[in-house]
Amino acid sequence: MKPAAFDYFAPRNLDEAVALLAKHGEDGRVLAGGQSLVPTMAFRMARPAVLVDINRIEGLGHLSAQEGQLRIGALARHAHFESAVTPGPLGALLARVVRHIAHPPIRMRGTFCGSLAHADPASEWCATTLALGGTLVLRSAGADTREVAARDWFQGVFTTAIRPGEMLVEVRLPVLGPEWSCGFAEFSRRAGDFALAMAVCALRLDRGLIREASIALGGLGGRPVLALEAAATLLGQVPSAEAASAAAEAAAAHCDPHSDVHAPAEYRRDLVRAMARRALAQAGVA
Amino acid sequence: MNWVGRRLPRTEDPPLLRGEGRYVPDIALGARAVRFLRSPVASGRIVSLRAPAGLPPGALFVTAADMPEARGIRPALRRFEYRAVEQPILPRERVHFMGQPIALIAAESAELAEDLLEQVELEIEAEDPVVGLEAALAPGAPAVHALAPNNVIVEGAIRPDGFADAMAGAVHVVEFAFRSRRQNATPLEGRGGVAEYDRATGRLRLAASCQMPHMLRSGICEVLGLPEADLQVVAPDVGGGFGQKMSLFPEYPALVWLARRYRGRFAWIEDRYENLIASAHSRDQKHILRAGFNAQGQMVALEADILADIGAFSCYPTTCAVEPLMALAEYPGPYKIPSYSVRARGVLTHSCPAAPYRGVSRPVITFGIERLMDRAAAAIGLDPVEIRRRNLHDVFPAKSPTGFTLDEGSYIEALDEAARHLDIPAFREAQAEARRGGRLLGLGLAVFNERTGYGTPAFAARSMEIVPGYEVVDIAMTPTGEVEARIGASPHGQGLRTTLAQIIADRLGIDPLAVRIIHGDTDRTPYGWGTFASRSLVVGGGACQIAADRLAAKLRRGAARLLQCGEEEVVLRDGLAVTGAGASIPLREVARIVHQRSELLADEVGFNLAESGSYDPPGTFSNACHGCIVEVERETGAVRILRYLVVEDAGRIINPMIADGQVRGGVAQGIANALLEEIHYAPDGNCLSATLADYIPPTCAEIPEIEIHHLETISSATLTGAKGLGEGGTIGAPAALCNAISDALAPFGVDIAEFPATPPRILALIRGRRAVWEAA
Repeated sequence: MKPAAFDYFAPRNLDEAVALLAKHGEDGRVLAGGQSLVPTMAFRMARPAVLVDINRIEGLGHLSAQEGQLRIGALARHAHFESAVTPGPLGALLARVVRHIAHPPIRMRGTFCGSLAHADPASEWCATTLALGGTLVLRSAGADTREVAARDWFQGVFTTAIRPGEMLVEVRLPVLGPEWSCGFAEFSRRAGDFALAMAVCALRLDRGLIREASIALGGLGGRPVLALEAAATLLGQVPSAEAASAAAEAAAAHCDPHSDVHAPAEYRRDLVRAMARRALAQAGVA
Repeated sequence: MNWVGRRLPRTEDPPLLRGEGRYVPDIALGARAVRFLRSPVASGRIVSLRAPAGLPPGALFVTAADMPEARGIRPALRRFEYRAVEQPILPRERVHFMGQPIALIAAESAELAEDLLEQVELEIEAEDPVVGLEAALAPGAPAVHALAPNNVIVEGAIRPDGFADAMAGAVHVVEFAFRSRRQNATPLEGRGGVAEYDRATGRLRLAASCQMPHMLRSGICEVLGLPEADLQVVAPDVGGGFGQKMSLFPEYPALVWLARRYRGRFAWIEDRYENLIASAHSRDQKHILRAGFNAQGQMVALEADILADIGAFSCYPTTCAVEPLMALAEYPGPYKIPSYSVRARGVLTHSCPAAPYRGVSRPVITFGIERLMDRAAAAIGLDPVEIRRRNLHDVFPAKSPTGFTLDEGSYIEALDEAARHLDIPAFREAQAEARRGGRLLGLGLAVFNERTGYGTPAFAARSMEIVPGYEVVDIAMTPTGEVEARIGASPHGQGLRTTLAQIIADRLGIDPLAVRIIHGDTDRTPYGWGTFASRSLVVGGGACQIAADRLAAKLRRGAARLLQCGEEEVVLRDGLAVTGAGASIPLREVARIVHQRSELLADEVGFNLAESGSYDPPGTFSNACHGCIVEVERETGAVRILRYLVVEDAGRIINPMIADGQVRGGVAQGIANALLEEIHYAPDGNCLSATLADYIPPTCAEIPEIEIHHLETISSATLTGAKGLGEGGTIGAPAALCNAISDALAPFGVDIAEFPATPPRILALIRGRRAVWEAA
């Protein structure tokens, strides 16, 4: 459990960082919190030839709401979300979600953007960003910037739409007004473990009826997915236990969970039903 | 001043808490790093094995071909149709489990060694492996070893006369078939060693994270053909062992061989991946029980069929018989069972070898008999407490059906005490109320006794070729008055330095801080058996007491001469020898005179204050009752432990703080066994539980507050009055928790017959799905 040899760079600014990534292409990896990358390197499952450590770059830790968007910089740590980073349903949701991410020491180092870049199937931030319709901002050499919608970002286990030479510099989430309500629930074997299933939802109510609904599921083995059928059942409904059950059933029926040493697929499907119902209950659908 | 019975802080702790402990990796600095090439397949033939091209200077590549003089590891047992399967240090031709060491690389750093491992040219022709008990015993199954054509490596049976009649006379017959899944002991510190050759003396030294340094030396010398005097084995601070560090594994002889062959210093520090796939596993068992009860709910006959998957090789020195034959010998536990018929088999498979782990088979048999009691209570219409009361031994000494003498215990008292603390009537009301609201609460009990502190006769009865049991302690007072006790026992984190010092301090009337316990070094301690089987405090403590009493007699003789009184008038207390008349002399002054003014005392005490004590007891049974209350979440099958209590009787408690720590740590591992930990193998024999994300020991968040109540039954079977309690916590928890879960699930008409009782298994029961494993 010792990593293969690699070169290490600690650039002082973003231009240098993306220049290094451009130079090394697929051999280069960004090191931010290192909480996922370093263990996978120890197992030699990841063996980047070059690590570009971005921790010395100033101005990447920003976390600010502007023009209806919460902008989350590449060095914003998980722990920063433990108290609401923005008023209203979004800050409250993120504060609820972050408590499920690993343990306090890991939350002090690991980053929001790092989670999105790593794209673990059980990442809470990935499912949350997908549910909220976030946007990912990528930089590459020559100050080129590209934006990718969350629904186009996740391609598979640890696989995203990132291109060689690109660095994820920011994630943007829509700031939600008081007409929105959100919920998050996950099930894991031990406190802080990767979840066996999770559900996150965001709903907009107008005059007592659900007008917009988004539900994302994670922990099922592949990429996080939108439960489109489940969300559709909610549109135009009055929030109720029946509505929640119908949506939860639809989420369970249409998901495609995998089996592993922790749980067979059919158990994960049961968990999807239970977690979807819990997330909806938090959002007031009960 | 009585030191025994006090909550004395552990003298071990300050350096450990400051990070100044000395573990094997702390002394490995500067040694060449050794990494093992491990088999990627469960079963196969080595077609070719070649060194990396361009091995750098200073790096070594070693295979079986390099060490023709090394024998295999040959554990031996003289009975029970035992097949003497041998484990090679490095295999020449075949591999038998995924993770088995095949070759090794030594290099300047572990990183470099791992780089080189990737470049070894290994070609293995994989063969169909035998994975799991069912496959191993299937008709026509391939043999893991030719020596055991039907894959049964050991088999024992007891078929008493009259058993069929006894069973036929039963009014109620209750059956219970269940599965215990495979575990890894998972000590915080893995295994590891540093071997070095001393050019000045020609001797070898191995520092290893082990539980039995003398035994390890004997084992290595046997394998390598070395005189024991040429090898020193040291156990420095050991970060937990739990049995996993008892056995002789191939890595240690390989390290010593390297140090000797290349006259250098070599270190191997096991990583977690190696620990999980290739250190010992345990408790992969399947039992089928059938019990007959009379109209009063008393068991009249018990029949057990026990299968233990022991992996690919037998462990040394206990042999792999330790699991199946312990289950065979100890199933009746604390209960009066007039007729007991049993068969137990150890079964070979292509998987990591099994070896003792805290409690060995007792967590499994306690699960079996205690779940059986709850099933019987339901079938007969008795309360779970009442059926146990009707069956527990209450007259001591008692005889078990397998010939053990059960010394004085408090079986019924412990049960009653646990029931009282749990307030069962109030719980039943709360449970009924919760059920009305759709919530599932359950209460579970587990009563057991635990054979501890047993000496040579008990081990000799197992027909092992190597018979452990006794302990020898060499004790001496220095010229400045401290006491050094050299022990053959060897702590692995349980505070023996503190507890043995408390025993010695009381016998000599001195402060425990004046007692130095010297352990874990074959050069400095008498031959002994290290730590296992809840023995160290009982056997080592008894030997300390005998040795200290002999030293006390010598001191009193010397003091009487110096104080000019009769020896019987002298009392040792507060570091003084005191007479009835009030005259006194400091013991350190007596010690100085013995050593440096020997003309004054040589006639009375000779030229030193050294004595030796040895102790070889028959064994003593601790007992306990665990009780717990759980809530099962209907939607997910998750289990929350609402209350956990232990009523423990381990005789005289030398240090209640350390005793409670042992119980808590044990219960934590028992909770792991009941709910969380499981080693999985794929059908191709690939071990799937290779990281701590896949094999999941509990964190502090999963361990509830554990209430502990002590009873102290002083038995004549142990010199100090202390009984062993190192394993009890682990033994009771799976049974208590699974009984509680089963109680919670009673409305569904299902119960737990496989553990760990994981959320998917529990939800499958609730939903009436086919269980992953179905009782035969």
